[in-house]
Amino acid sequence: MSARDNILARIRANDGKHGSTAEAELVAARAVINARTRGPLPTFARHDPMQHFIEECARLKTTLAEVDSVSAVPREVGRYLSTVLDSPTPSISVVGWPEFTALDWQSANIDYTNRPAIGSDLIGLTGCFCAIGETGTLLLLGARNTPKVTALLPETHICVVKKSRLVATMEDAFQLVRDEMGELPRATFFVSGPSRTADIEQTIVIGAHGPYRVHVVLVP
Amino acid sequence: MFFKQTASLKLNDAVLQKALKNAKGKFVDGRAASVATIDNWEDIRTHAAALRDRAIHNLDAYLIEFEKNATRRGAVVHWAETAEEANAIIVKIAQDNAVKTVTKSKSMVSEEIALNDALETAGVAVLETDLGEYILQLAKEPPSHIVAPAVHKSKEQVAQLFVDHHHKPRLTDIAAMTREAREVLRSHFLGADMGISGANFIIAETGTTLTVTNEGNADMVTTIPRIHCVITGIEKVIPTLEDFATLIRLLPRSAIGQSIANYLTLTTGIKKPDEQEGPEQMHIVLVDAGRTKLVGSEMSEMLRCIRCGACMNHCPVYQNVGGHAYGWVYPGPMGSVLTPVYTGIENSGDLPNASTFCGECQVVCPVKIPLPDLMRKLREQQFDMKLRPWSERWAIKAWGFFVSRPKLYALATRIGARFASWMGGRGKLIHKMPGIDGWTDGRDMPAPEGKTFRELYAARPLKP
Repeated sequence: MSARDNILARIRANDGKHGSTAEAELVAARAVINARTRGPLPTFARHDPMQHFIEECARLKTTLAEVDSVSAVPREVGRYLSTVLDSPTPSISVVGWPEFTALDWQSANIDYTNRPAIGSDLIGLTGCFCAIGETGTLLLLGARNTPKVTALLPETHICVVKKSRLVATMEDAFQLVRDEMGELPRATFFVSGPSRTADIEQTIVIGAHGPYRVHVVLVP
Repeated sequence: MFFKQTASLKLNDAVLQKALKNAKGKFVDGRAASVATIDNWEDIRTHAAALRDRAIHNLDAYLIEFEKNATRRGAVVHWAETAEEANAIIVKIAQDNAVKTVTKSKSMVSEEIALNDALETAGVAVLETDLGEYILQLAKEPPSHIVAPAVHKSKEQVAQLFVDHHHKPRLTDIAAMTREAREVLRSHFLGADMGISGANFIIAETGTTLTVTNEGNADMVTTIPRIHCVITGIEKVIPTLEDFATLIRLLPRSAIGQSIANYLTLTTGIKKPDEQEGPEQMHIVLVDAGRTKLVGSEMSEMLRCIRCGACMNHCPVYQNVGGHAYGWVYPGPMGSVLTPVYTGIENSGDLPNASTFCGECQVVCPVKIPLPDLMRKLREQQFDMKLRPWSERWAIKAWGFFVSRPKLYALATRIGARFASWMGGRGKLIHKMPGIDGWTDGRDMPAPEGKTFRELYAARPLKP
């Protein structure tokens, strides 16, 4: 008998069940899975998701700005970076997802490169699959044109969020993934604010291994 | 060393006492504030306990479903009955793929099985990347808390470790120390051959393993190296993504008072041919190492545990002695249950007794594990197996003799109460009480007034 068989046999014997796992038991387990029963939600999670998203971002130290079209994103990115960079530079390097390559970055003095971030990149720009109001969370699905390292390695992560892609809860986000993607992609990445640690004397420090700053740009 | 001896040492460790006092406030107040924002916390706990029970009572079926779905997405699922088997599987994966360097994110199962030692012995360099675990790897110490592993260290001790290992000027600022660790670890993240992570949960529906972190280290460990190896206990399986959504409302709030952890990383299988990131191989090692002993036992509720650490944060014993006193990987009330079960009740005699039974651990447990009941059951087992000292067993037997004979009990307590009252003298304080002199060495015992409760009850004025 393999370790697998031994473990499964011990589980069944200790649980008072005979023989190996019956097909009927697997069918029952799959029925529980397919029912996808949702647990109870806190009352606030059902209220205005946008209002909640804004409040939670503030608590998580995610900064937020809203522009009236996607074409205004470079200007907002330039404005935001001028507030966080130590000294003004002639041109700012930003790496990001391909969907934003065609925007007019030049007029905002930004040198935009379409590629996944590497360890030395300082600013990464991404979109997101959706955002979650309950917790101020961004959901990124890693794939060919949406690498997640761009949200992880740079010191500053800027995320473009379409307001129409805001859902109330994580349950809603998972349902949206099932509806639009069929199955969960390899990398399903929930980001809630800049990275942090409290491992030294339980003192919260913003900026551990991931970004020091997360800036959300809301677009229509 | 046994708990009692270690606990005495820890009570006299000034650095530790300061650290514990500091942590207690942050954990307890933080949890209370964040739980208060949820109007139906109890409903969510009840639902979570039920969904954990459902998975545990059909553990074989959900593990088979998980294995099927993970395999379909390109992962290789391994099963290990013991710590030795788990280590051998992971060492073999490393050797088969010429792995020289490993980055690792936090995994308590890997602490259970001493995985780092096994890999180092096989010539593989392992680097812990969670800041707390990294500090302890430098200090060559085990974690003293399951969520905040270096909670017992002061910033001065961390600063010294960084000077010794990074060979840079001494830092005094915690943010600066954190940045230095980030800079030192960055190149390792990018260059490692293999990443090893634990899993907070594994999801049967999708074959997904997932990590819950604040630092972002697990996200790199699971994404950047060409091989990703997950090590986790068989009890971590949950049926659906919806179940995860419920549990994640409880876990970070219970652990550190956060409404959500910064990064929830769900990994499902290997990278697709057209993807630019992600591992080419994914291995998932499902570990038993004692867990099946709990299935169907009178202590099966322990398998619900989601490893938040709230029970230790709120335990008056843990708050005073810290995690190392417990002698094994899991401290606090959950450790007082798991250590005897996993390592043998005969090897961990004091642990089920390292509790005042105040019940706070059960009150704060997000999945309603009746921890005091479980510790009491272990005490009963110890009594039956004659593992407790003869004096304690004799005292319990004597108490049992009297308490089952009400008249004799009334007489004995009347004599006892009067004797104790006499012992207290004018100050009404007993300075030394035979039989519990360990207790009265450090404090005086208030003397009773001289009459028993039953005497006073019988003498009470009747209602008109």
